[in-house]
Amino acid sequence: MASSRQIELAREAGKRIHHFHGGLRLRHNKKISCLDPVERPPLPEVLVVPLLQHAGDIADPLVHAGDTVLKGQPIGQCQPCAAIHSPVSGLVEAIEDRPMSHPSGQKGPCVVIRPNGKEQWIELKPLSNWLDANPDSLITQIQSCGLAGLGGAVFPTHTKMRDGRDRETHTLILNGVECEPYISCDEMLMREQPDKIILGARVLRRVLGAEHVIIAIEDQMGSVQRSLTGSAEFAESENISVVKVPKIYPEGGERQLVQVLTGLEVPAGGRPSDLGLICQNVATAAAVAEAVTEGKPLIERYITVTGNGISHPRNYLALFGTPVSHLVDCCGGYTGDVARLVVGGPMMGYPLESDKAPVVKASNCLLALSHQDIAEPQPEMPCIRCGECARVCPAMLLPQQLHLQIRNELWKPVEEYGLSECIECGCCDFVCPSHIPLVDWFRYGKGELRKQALESEAVELARKRFEDREARLLRIKQERAQKMAHRKQMLKGKTAQQERIQASIKRAENRSRSMPEEQSSGERDDT
Amino acid sequence: MTRSFQTGGAPHMPPQTTVAKVMLQVLLALIPGVLAYVWFFGPGILVQITLATIFALLFESLMLRWRRRPLKPFINDYSAVVTAVLFALCIPPLAPWWISCIAMLFAIVFAKHLYGGLGQNVFNPAMVAYVVVLISFPQAMTSWLPPVALAEHSLGLADTLVTIFTGRVPVPGGWDAVTQATPLDTLKTGVDAGRMVPEIRNSPLFGDFGGKGWEWIANWFALGGFFLLYKRVISWQVPAAVIGTVLLISLPFWLLDPDSNPFPLQHVFSGAIVLAAFFIATDPVSGCVSDRGRLIFGAGVGIITLLIRRWGGYPDGVAFAVLLMNMAAPLIDRYTRPRIYGE
Repeated sequence: MASSRQIELAREAGKRIHHFHGGLRLRHNKKISCLDPVERPPLPEVLVVPLLQHAGDIADPLVHAGDTVLKGQPIGQCQPCAAIHSPVSGLVEAIEDRPMSHPSGQKGPCVVIRPNGKEQWIELKPLSNWLDANPDSLITQIQSCGLAGLGGAVFPTHTKMRDGRDRETHTLILNGVECEPYISCDEMLMREQPDKIILGARVLRRVLGAEHVIIAIEDQMGSVQRSLTGSAEFAESENISVVKVPKIYPEGGERQLVQVLTGLEVPAGGRPSDLGLICQNVATAAAVAEAVTEGKPLIERYITVTGNGISHPRNYLALFGTPVSHLVDCCGGYTGDVARLVVGGPMMGYPLESDKAPVVKASNCLLALSHQDIAEPQPEMPCIRCGECARVCPAMLLPQQLHLQIRNELWKPVEEYGLSECIECGCCDFVCPSHIPLVDWFRYGKGELRKQALESEAVELARKRFEDREARLLRIKQERAQKMAHRKQMLKGKTAQQERIQASIKRAENRSRSMPEEQSSGERDDT
Repeated sequence: MTRSFQTGGAPHMPPQTTVAKVMLQVLLALIPGVLAYVWFFGPGILVQITLATIFALLFESLMLRWRRRPLKPFINDYSAVVTAVLFALCIPPLAPWWISCIAMLFAIVFAKHLYGGLGQNVFNPAMVAYVVVLISFPQAMTSWLPPVALAEHSLGLADTLVTIFTGRVPVPGGWDAVTQATPLDTLKTGVDAGRMVPEIRNSPLFGDFGGKGWEWIANWFALGGFFLLYKRVISWQVPAAVIGTVLLISLPFWLLDPDSNPFPLQHVFSGAIVLAAFFIATDPVSGCVSDRGRLIFGAGVGIITLLIRRWGGYPDGVAFAVLLMNMAAPLIDRYTRPRIYGE
């Protein structure tokens, strides 16, 4: 838990730039995708909208195969998750399992929609007087519009905002730091839609009751700063500042950004809201502005299509459900030596098995890498404990020790050495001279820890159940014994009574027996 | 038209470096020191390096084959070569050829592969090898050469080869004509005999700080060490702790009694302190992992070396100090886990 002193210090966020431990300076490779203005690609033939797009459960479908849907119509709901909406007007062809663009690579339920090309919107319900609206109705609007963090983690926005509103949040941080190489969608958004971002920031600030907004951008994004501070919305707003931070990967990570802006660390196991801070991606803020002032649900996003495997890299404003292959075709197709297709950046992105997978809320970048980009898989060597991994680890862990402990299944030390604090940024993996897939090991280790926690929970439950049963049996036995004793007592009481009766009968009998004797004696006396 | 792709784990970038590159940088960093060594003490060291490397690679491949490990990646990682070169730098340049053979047998087979090979050894293999031959063959291991400038007879390459392979010195006077005690040895026997340090230092064997020649070799090793620091192959904690501790601890002794204690810089520039600080105690496999742990490790090496130099039976104690600290490394690691983010 953060102390009140730390919260006070956090209020100074953005006034000075601090450092975080480790990190890497990587080559950006962003320019290649920033040359053309962002456009909407032509409608694809079919859109495949997965029902699992957020951290959380699979949404329940609200439509059936054969239904006609309007653009923006809810097609999936999931409490307490965010809703999912139809990106086009058209016909629902099927609801079936398809590749859903998920790190697991698994198939899942998707709504397959064939657009009719009419682009008929559902009736939108904006909150035009948002300045007077109460925060709860704003949060409800955000939830019903299906908003989720567009930075890549897709945490439902309304949950985070509710958490921020319930605590004393003083500063909203808008994250415009795209620290991964190649990705430029947030940069393009900030260049092209600064008003929307700042409007969204004001809405979010109102929801949180916060005072300040900090928009964090990389120090090399000169034009972005001009566009943000030069926007009309910015001129009208107060207490919004644009702060440049040095470009070191993974500075865009929430915890690292908080540390750079405040010099404070988010308490272990806690959240930035412990310090009175809420972080949102700039794209989320823009989506919030659309959701509140236009009533527009989240059905599209900026996505970077780039890499040496793409003929003409650029950014698109793509509808969710658009097959990746469609975007690649719009970019002039693959180049000859494309080797791997990744969703996200080269450090943390996940590979796609096929370009059939659709664009989802989390897809910030589609990266087609050539053979030179990924290089031949090198043989894994033993760890030589050089410690380079520990030097670059932004969570200040000792990856080499964790790796050894996970390999030897020493789960207690693994927990002690803080595996749960690993943010899977991949820095250790990248610098490892022995080419040990450290992040893979850490994901496996985290899975094992989760499994063990569940198991121990189950064991605990079983133990409790057993103990309860034992206690119950004991109680029943005791009760029965008590009852028996009681009955015995009763019975005993009865017999005592009977005995008394018997005794009195006996006495009476005795008496009656002795009576004639007396009589006889009396008679005798008489005689 | 859809297309399928090969998948693979993140990060999707070629790795920044390899074990082989790390080891090559270490070898590269040793070059200036080795050249200085040749300049001051003749070509013997080159022969020793070659011999040790050949034996190291021989035992390495035998062990890899025996353990059914792939030969190529492990031979090409140059770790055995680094062990061999570091060992060769510790022994007298005229040591007989079989010294290298026995030493590399212990370094590669016993200290390295019997513990599980690369990355698994508890002890620094080069130091294990050095200590084994130092204890077993004291005479061969103490026949040191004076700097070329002071030598009556300096041996050329051919004479050096003959000496190393036959054990006979092909100059009049034999061994006695070419060998001389090291400055550290001279110092130790001198002090033990009750002579005063300034008096002992009048011997032509001594230079400005350490032994003549030796101090310059140390400088060039330090230069290589700075290269490794710059390349971030090693971290600053170990060399700083080793040298800092030696200076700090020897200073009060020297201030109190300059007649029987050498001055701090003499300690640093004599023997193997500089080489050990940058190249031997920094061996990551047998050292500590955390920054604090490395400081403690380096300080331990410095303290134990001084203890052995002052009160031990050997003129220099770096190898023993490193091995003793290797033993303590896991324990130090256990108590120096760095604070985690947010903790």
